[in-house]
Amino acid sequence: MTALSTNTDAKPHEDADAPRVVGPDDDIPLYESRQQIYPQSVHGRIRTIKWAVLIVALAVYYLLPFVRWDRGPDAPSQAVLIDFPARRFYFFFLEIWPQEFYYVAGLLILAALVLFLMTAVAGRVWCGYMCPQTVWTDLFMAVERMVEGDRRERMRLDAAPWSLDKVVRKTLKHSIWLLIAWWTGGAWVLYFADAPTLVKELVTFQAPMAAYIAIAVLTFTTYTLAGHMREQVCTYMCPWPRIQAALTDEYALNVTYRYDRGEPRASVKKAAAARAAGQAAGDCIDCGQCVHVCPTGVDIRKGSQLSCIQCGLCIDACNTVMDKIGRPRELITYESEANMEARIAGKPFVQRIVRARTVLYVVLIAIVCGLMLTALVGRSNEGVAAIHDRNPLFVALSDGSVRNAYTLRLSNKMLQERAFSLSIDGVPGAKLDVVGDDAGKLVIGPDQTREIRVLVTTKDKLPPSASLPLTFRIRDVATGASASVSDHFIGP
Amino acid sequence: MSTNPNSSHGRLDTVTGVTTTGHEWDGIEELNNPLPRWWLWVWYACIVWSIGYWVMYPSWPLLREATPGVMGWNSRTAVTEQLDQLQALRAESTAKLANASLQQIEDTPALLTLARAQGRVAFADNCAPCHGQGGGGAVGFPNLNDDDWLWGGSLDQIYQTISYGVRSGDDKAHSGNMPAFGRDGILTRPEISAVAGYVRVLAGLDKPGPTTEKGKEVFLANCAACHGDEGKGNQELGAPNLTDGIWLYGSSKATIEYGVTNGRGNVMPAWHTRLDPTTIKVLTVYVHSLGGGR
Repeated sequence: MTALSTNTDAKPHEDADAPRVVGPDDDIPLYESRQQIYPQSVHGRIRTIKWAVLIVALAVYYLLPFVRWDRGPDAPSQAVLIDFPARRFYFFFLEIWPQEFYYVAGLLILAALVLFLMTAVAGRVWCGYMCPQTVWTDLFMAVERMVEGDRRERMRLDAAPWSLDKVVRKTLKHSIWLLIAWWTGGAWVLYFADAPTLVKELVTFQAPMAAYIAIAVLTFTTYTLAGHMREQVCTYMCPWPRIQAALTDEYALNVTYRYDRGEPRASVKKAAAARAAGQAAGDCIDCGQCVHVCPTGVDIRKGSQLSCIQCGLCIDACNTVMDKIGRPRELITYESEANMEARIAGKPFVQRIVRARTVLYVVLIAIVCGLMLTALVGRSNEGVAAIHDRNPLFVALSDGSVRNAYTLRLSNKMLQERAFSLSIDGVPGAKLDVVGDDAGKLVIGPDQTREIRVLVTTKDKLPPSASLPLTFRIRDVATGASASVSDHFIGP
Repeated sequence: MSTNPNSSHGRLDTVTGVTTTGHEWDGIEELNNPLPRWWLWVWYACIVWSIGYWVMYPSWPLLREATPGVMGWNSRTAVTEQLDQLQALRAESTAKLANASLQQIEDTPALLTLARAQGRVAFADNCAPCHGQGGGGAVGFPNLNDDDWLWGGSLDQIYQTISYGVRSGDDKAHSGNMPAFGRDGILTRPEISAVAGYVRVLAGLDKPGPTTEKGKEVFLANCAACHGDEGKGNQELGAPNLTDGIWLYGSSKATIEYGVTNGRGNVMPAWHTRLDPTTIKVLTVYVHSLGGGR
């Protein structure tokens, strides 16, 4: 693995694994082949949490499109639906129009801030527990373990010459992987059309070409990234580890090897003898379990590093070993840099969750949440937008009166047909005309917009180069709900 | 420097624990964190892909044009194909517009919206160079938003004007000229000055003066035939109303004198030879709905 260190304060353990000293005649490759990693199965508290996260995340992803939500006869009944042809996004009780994309922007900003907060508090929890790359890789590894056995069996199988057993196992593994990958792509497209209908169309080969192409692409990426690329995605392709390194500080919890407790390493027997003789002996017995269970193949004892996704599986592995040899748990654990130093210096336990950056993130999250909630509560079911004619800005009529023309777009965001009346305010003596319709009763279909051309004419004498503020107001004839937009009336 | 491009001689950098590539610039050395080999393969694959691309698509510029590529693809045919697809997609709505009368289109909100949307684009493509983007006009090119029409502002009259044009040479085109009274020696300079002054009085721009009576005489003898005794104009002949506030060329005395001296006679092309009837229809509805339609 690369020896790039993300944390210059880390205290790497100097051991025999350090890069060998190279002589002037040695050829050093500029490219390296991937070294196959055979993660070993592990049991423990963190593994259980990871399974739970995996099950919940995948269940949501695969099943959400099938959740129904009744919106009446004229609207889709899918709870979460991105309807591109109709340009609508449905999310349970919400229906978002394209011009309300700021909700999505707000959600993305919120997601980023929550991620920052998580990282400031507990390091790369996103990478270790929730990232799709981690979740799907975990799933693929589980399949691999089921079909080919645990670490040793897999290593033996890969080293063995081809046999019927090997062909069967490899074929089975890749088939299951492809099936999962295909299902992943299949679930994805269900978010863009009515799920039950699309499933029917997909199996009868009547679905749109775009659906099959999307499934094919996602099958390919899922199979490649989760089956073959794995930790290479995190180490070489993902920008997030580089960013995350800047988001942590000495108070952030990180998966850490307590080298002060572990060193010097010695076997159980030697350590016991040393302790009996009153000499220092570390708890680490150098069994290598932490390295064997690591999905990215790093040695956590070398300190915090770029390739470590902080999944915490080494904590479970080491705790199992510590239990067996009768030493205290948490030799590898979630620990902050500051606490580590305090403990070594014999100072009291340091835990500072409330600090400038976490407070800042929480405040920002609260502000964004507040803005979004305000926008959501104040969301109106009718809208009007106006564009003033650019050429000509005004029209002088033969009787000396002045007219301005506007293009208005009225929106009816409710799921039934409504009639609106249009009125203006601000221009003295103004007369309002809607081309081809009646300003008193403008009918708009359910969940639709309508563009109208509006002429405002006044006979009153205007000051030279007048630019009068003007307000258009639409009012639901039945309910009185209204919306307005401001523009200008321009004179000669 | 190594002779093998894939490897190098280097040394171990004690600070980072990483070997160097052996490249050194004034004491600055390059660390060697090896790139994964598949990255190299992806790069080779991109090169292979680009060669395939050269073969399939137009790529290398030659003296006259680029190499055509074996698929025969080019952006012009792609646009044409997409336009054909668009026509096919619009067939239903186009048929509706083709079958409805101009008045029916204006009376049906859905058809009006459709006609205005298509009309706006057709107007920008064909009419905007002279009449302006929104039909605002320019000196010599009528403003289509106002309520003053040289050749009539009803739907049928507008349709007629767009189809056959004005002084376009088409048999059905509007014709009728403002003669060059001065240049052709019909009126003398003082007469022209007097009649121009009278026209401004007619329009309410000036108060009557010493030459007004003389101007009126000249007007009734020479201009009234087309512009009417009261200067109200005649749409049959395209003679503008001289009494309203709208002037195609301007209302200054000099401009009016210039027009009387040299005549006027701008040309609008006949569009029935260039546009299909449905496009002329949507243009008619668009222009009519700009605000000045009668």
